Amino acid sequence: MANNNKKTLKQSQQEYQSIQKKHETKRPVLKNCLKAFLVGGIICTIGQAVQLFYIYNFNFTEQTAGNPTVATMIFFAMLLTGFGVYDRIGQFAGAGSAVPVTGFGNAVISACIEHRSEGFVLGVGSNMFKLAGSVVLFGTFSAFVVALIKTILLKWGGF
Amino acid sequence: MLQGNGTWIFENKPVIISSAAVGGPFEANGNIANDFDILHEDLWFGQESYEKAHKVLFEEAFQIAIEKAGVTKEQIQFTLAGDLINQITPSSFAARTIGTPYLGLFGACSTSMEGLALGAFITNYGGAKYLLTGAASHNAAVEKQFRYPTEYGGQKPPTAQWTVTGAGAVVLSSKGEGPYVTSATIGKVIDMGLSDPFNMGGAMAPAAVDTIVSHLSDRQIEPAYYDLIVTGDLGRIGREVSIDLLKQQGLDIVESRYLDCGLLIYRDDQPVLAGASGAGCSASVVYGHLLNRMKKGEFKRILVVATGALLSPLSFQQKETIPCIAHAVSIEYGGA
Repeated sequence: MANNNKKTLKQSQQEYQSIQKKHETKRPVLKNCLKAFLVGGIICTIGQAVQLFYIYNFNFTEQTAGNPTVATMIFFAMLLTGFGVYDRIGQFAGAGSAVPVTGFGNAVISACIEHRSEGFVLGVGSNMFKLAGSVVLFGTFSAFVVALIKTILLKWGGF
Repeated sequence: MLQGNGTWIFENKPVIISSAAVGGPFEANGNIANDFDILHEDLWFGQESYEKAHKVLFEEAFQIAIEKAGVTKEQIQFTLAGDLINQITPSSFAARTIGTPYLGLFGACSTSMEGLALGAFITNYGGAKYLLTGAASHNAAVEKQFRYPTEYGGQKPPTAQWTVTGAGAVVLSSKGEGPYVTSATIGKVIDMGLSDPFNMGGAMAPAAVDTIVSHLSDRQIEPAYYDLIVTGDLGRIGREVSIDLLKQQGLDIVESRYLDCGLLIYRDDQPVLAGASGAGCSASVVYGHLLNRMKKGEFKRILVVATGALLSPLSFQQKETIPCIAHAVSIEYGGA
């Protein structure tokens, strides 16, 4: 972050930052990636199991089983968040528990719990998408852009 | 009396006649649990919001300090207090309960020593017979404001620090028995261009060093004059960086006598990453643990350098760097 504006830093600040860098504990990136892969994988395996459960026990197909699966996974995330476990998994797993839909659930639910003390309207209602709002906005927007590109290619690309 | 550029010498030696420290559940599992007067098992403290719990935390510290001093609320002339919450409401609300004239302070995590320095100054010059000062922070209330919701599963980097749930308060008096305040150095705001709010120690270290250097040069003493120099909440990284910087300045720092409150409060196996932080960190460690050790005769002279990062969630989002400050107060007990 600090590298971007190095030019604007005074010399004393630059000197200090290089001393500081020496002592700064680095994020263990490789270890974090492995943990994220493992936990993310486990969450997705559970999700797969839930999907198969819906397909075999109810009248769902592979296409339609997605919705109840997502709802169930978010329900699990909600319980784990409420019991104060999900943040501990998050500290261990990083992106592994943040990227799957359970992470999205956690972002919404944790904000709801946090702002319960300000009431339902000013607290829960206006803060629930505090963290997840950007995911919704930019997720929808990138879906729109991808769909636009696909449409252009199909209509005028002659594929 | 002013000495040097920014150091007050208190000739009349204002006395810390009583002190109190209150903590939460995480502190109860920590390293210095015995030094707290009250430890709560639940972060909610029986309240319906963390902010209310924060206020109760503060009220309890004040009440215990007043009780231990053997005075009544009416005898206290002033309360000087501060915390990290927007508009320092926990301090003001606790002061409403105490009912004395009140000055609210904000120095982020350096508030404890800002209060002690100002309190000692007022008491030293006869401005108060009894004066109450303290600082507090509540983990969940502070995290809610500065970071993510408590239950959000974001991964913190190893440089992050854990906000202490704790309050510390003292009653200062112009006379009485106890450790006394001998001098204080008010720090400058120092900004070394760091902007990572998950690395406060690294940002605050230069402020601590600047204040220590000014204090020593104003008083014309060596670091060895103190049995202990203790910083507020630099954590592991900030402490190491500050040792480097102090040595660069040619100061002879003995590492075993240069401690950090952020590293004293918890056990090594508690998941606090680089250490503890928060306005309640230096307040509860100094006013609980360290004053107790002074009274046992382990140290005669200590210098407390409370460090604070003067950022807000907004300033960080607008990509501002983090200005920091440190205030130093020397406390002595017994001996020469």
